[in-house]
Amino acid sequence: MNAIINDITKEQLKEGRDHFKVGDGVRVHTKVREGDKERIQIFAGIVINRKGSGIHETFTVRRISFGEGVERVFPVHSPNIVQVEVDRESITMRARMFYLRDRIGKAANKVKEKRLYENKR
Amino acid sequence: MKPTIIGKKVGMTQVYDENNVLIPVTVIEAGPCPVVQIKTTEKDGYEAVQLGFDVRKEKNTSKAQLTRFKAAGTAPLGVLKEVRGEAGEVNVGDVLTVAQFAETKKVDIIGTTKGRGFQGVVKRWGFAGGPASHGSMFHRRGGSYGMCQWPGEVLKGKKMPGHMGSTRRTTQNLKVVKVIEEQNLILVKGSVHGPNGSTVVVRSAIKAKPSA
Repeated sequence: MNAIINDITKEQLKEGRDHFKVGDGVRVHTKVREGDKERIQIFAGIVINRKGSGIHETFTVRRISFGEGVERVFPVHSPNIVQVEVDRESITMRARMFYLRDRIGKAANKVKEKRLYENKR
Repeated sequence: MKPTIIGKKVGMTQVYDENNVLIPVTVIEAGPCPVVQIKTTEKDGYEAVQLGFDVRKEKNTSKAQLTRFKAAGTAPLGVLKEVRGEAGEVNVGDVLTVAQFAETKKVDIIGTTKGRGFQGVVKRWGFAGGPASHGSMFHRRGGSYGMCQWPGEVLKGKKMPGHMGSTRRTTQNLKVVKVIEEQNLILVKGSVHGPNGSTVVVRSAIKAKPSA
């Protein structure tokens, strides 16, 4: 990347945003402004995609809401994201978990969990 | 003289504004630009200010130019551009920096577009072209060039295939997002024509509304 552009964006990058990866169940705490008031909204689901680098980096969270699949794309370094909680880690065989889109019912949220796997051993 | 500066397009990136919205910006490295010459009606027949940019080595500058830079008291410069209009408070030897854009809200950017070579009418003029299949035998052609015996010639300005790009263009009313004086940088919202590294002229927008 160009050194000057790197310099400009460097100060806007948030530290500690690399603790979650594709397949993790996360709760994303985002700031929502309603009029003058600001509150925290939580979007919980599975990270199915993480792409880009630097300031352009984004991740996609998928959840099933009232029987309908909902995906939301967040910029990783957005100041509107207060916190990304990791509920459960998982073992994935893919970098992009788009196959979850084709699944219906219980299977839609089924990802091999890391902790379960470790317990079995 | 309205705020004007010569610069170089560095490239595009994104920054967060005060409302935490991610906006696309083009980074322009502009100035410092010394004033090399001031042209007057009495002497040259028109009013203009000549600005320089991009310091070069002395050995890479012709002797004819070198004397001009020495007279102005500046280092040898690679780019010289004239800005039409009365000089006002600007004098020869003054150095213009991006600081003059600190209060500016909108700018125009003048530069050369990317060269596209010889292009057909579909890309060059946005013609629709014909159907791709069903034996139309008419794909990306321009159609009729005009009428028959009268006027008996192709009208002037008829849109035809030809060389596209590499022309001087002005992008107007780009919002100034940030001015970083220490690094001689201006960030403007949106894209700017031309390849990265090309020379551009940044001036305060001439058609901007007074309130904007």
